Amino acid sequence: MTISELRKKFVEGSYTPVDALTDIQKVIDERDGTINAFVDVFDDAMASAEEATARYKTEGENAPALLGMPIAIKTNILIEGKRATASSKMLEHYVATYDATVITKLKEAGALFVGATNMDEFAMGSSTESSAFGITRNPVDESRVPGGSSGGSAAAVAMGAAVAALGTDTGGSVRQPASFCGVVGYKPTYGSVSRSGLIAMGSSLDQAGPLTNTVADAEIIHNIISGKDPLDATTINADTYPLVPLKDTYRIGVPRDFLGTGIDADVSAVFESTLTKLKEAGHEIVDVTLPLMEKGLAAYYIVMPAEVSSNLGRFDGVRYGLHVDGADLLDDYMLTRAQGFGEEVKRRILLGTYVLSAGYYDSYYGKAEQVREMMRDELDAVFKDVDILLTPTSPVPAFKIGEKSDPLSMYLADIFTVPANLTGVPALSIPAGTVDRDGVLLPVGVQCIGPHAGDARLFDFGKKMNGEL
Amino acid sequence: MKREDIAHLATLARIKLTESEQDHLAENITDILGYVSAIGDITATEKPKEIGALYNVMREDVPNHEPGEYTERILAAAPVRKGQYVEVKKILGERK
Repeated sequence: MTISELRKKFVEGSYTPVDALTDIQKVIDERDGTINAFVDVFDDAMASAEEATARYKTEGENAPALLGMPIAIKTNILIEGKRATASSKMLEHYVATYDATVITKLKEAGALFVGATNMDEFAMGSSTESSAFGITRNPVDESRVPGGSSGGSAAAVAMGAAVAALGTDTGGSVRQPASFCGVVGYKPTYGSVSRSGLIAMGSSLDQAGPLTNTVADAEIIHNIISGKDPLDATTINADTYPLVPLKDTYRIGVPRDFLGTGIDADVSAVFESTLTKLKEAGHEIVDVTLPLMEKGLAAYYIVMPAEVSSNLGRFDGVRYGLHVDGADLLDDYMLTRAQGFGEEVKRRILLGTYVLSAGYYDSYYGKAEQVREMMRDELDAVFKDVDILLTPTSPVPAFKIGEKSDPLSMYLADIFTVPANLTGVPALSIPAGTVDRDGVLLPVGVQCIGPHAGDARLFDFGKKMNGEL
Repeated sequence: MKREDIAHLATLARIKLTESEQDHLAENITDILGYVSAIGDITATEKPKEIGALYNVMREDVPNHEPGEYTERILAAAPVRKGQYVEVKKILGERK
């Protein structure tokens, strides 16, 4: 099921938004008790589907682009009147008082919201195991994680409970679950999509992006949700970065030094066969060196917790969210945050507090920001030579639930995805093959990284690579 | 990193931790700091820090909504309210 297929049927009237939502509700009834992709399934969705169905009868192909398209939204994105929980006890009963800009734009395009999807608490994790509302299972293999933090969004699209979903990506949280569940996932150029109404994690890293069945669908959603927003001062203009031209065939860089160790042999085989196919299709493949990228993960696990410790300071039990009553105001704060936050969130807040504290600031945060600057320069230089960089999205396929209990081993799964967030460039994960694990074929994604504002180029290349053009 | 160090950070971060949480986090955070310390091996350039692609994003400081337009919705989310105010415990005076 793709947006363009649905659109054709909706306009013809051979399959209506009501039919689509009815089929989706069947999938949710049959599978979501086990998969747990959704934190909330919206009970007003059928009314919207009926209205959309009626509008197609009168408006036909003049109807807005996403009219009646069933879309799932990660539960850290605000929809007025709906819960936005960030999968945390802290916000279990928080109802959004306004729409995120991305939601306003989707509503204008006619989208139908199926429900709010599960995630790692406050988007901190790579497996959706840290949700306060239970784990999400991978629809391809229920004994495995769907990836994270946008695991619910990836699982919803993979099991057919939405034609597309929105996620947020701070260090790979859209691309890695897309890779684990066998769907397309996109992290746009930093600043191309407004962060207004997203529950912030790392403000210099966060971007919202689509999870879809095809690259063309990801492009449709991205083009609708992107654009300058007066409510987010970091959103960019069309001319902020130089124009990135499209080409018939591309010169693709493979950072061999970065891909050296730690990659699963079967994932590596899928990646190599992708390179072979691209070469046969006329693209040029060259080796490039990006010596700083491997160190990027260390910089990420300094910058991100620092921003987390600052952004999550707002959850104090005073204005909204959980409130636990203590002896005095300070005690209210201490108890509210002790009971409201899960272990991973506490770990990152403390780590962030440490790296920002007097005496350590220069050697951690200051140094990490310098390294980020150097990584940007290194990428800019390599994009003078090549059009696109290619890596596996994740060094491993979906792992077993409970397999990575040590936080550091979980962090290492983000090695290939964090450089795009640290440097602000766009990156796209596309399903590229499968690996056999205990007789189950697990999806493996390949990541395409483009230069700043190279979003349109990534979609063009992605459609070629995925056989959509 | 020792238990006392974690206890100090937790106070700064306004999170009450049990002793077993302190011990567990002390171990994790020591491991993570060991890993991220690799950043010290990189020789940083002398290049001055650049401002991002955007700077000085300004707008007029004028009201952009009707007074009271959002008051009820925002107050409805507050755990404790008193009329048009969010109520908190007093911070001056003797500590109980």
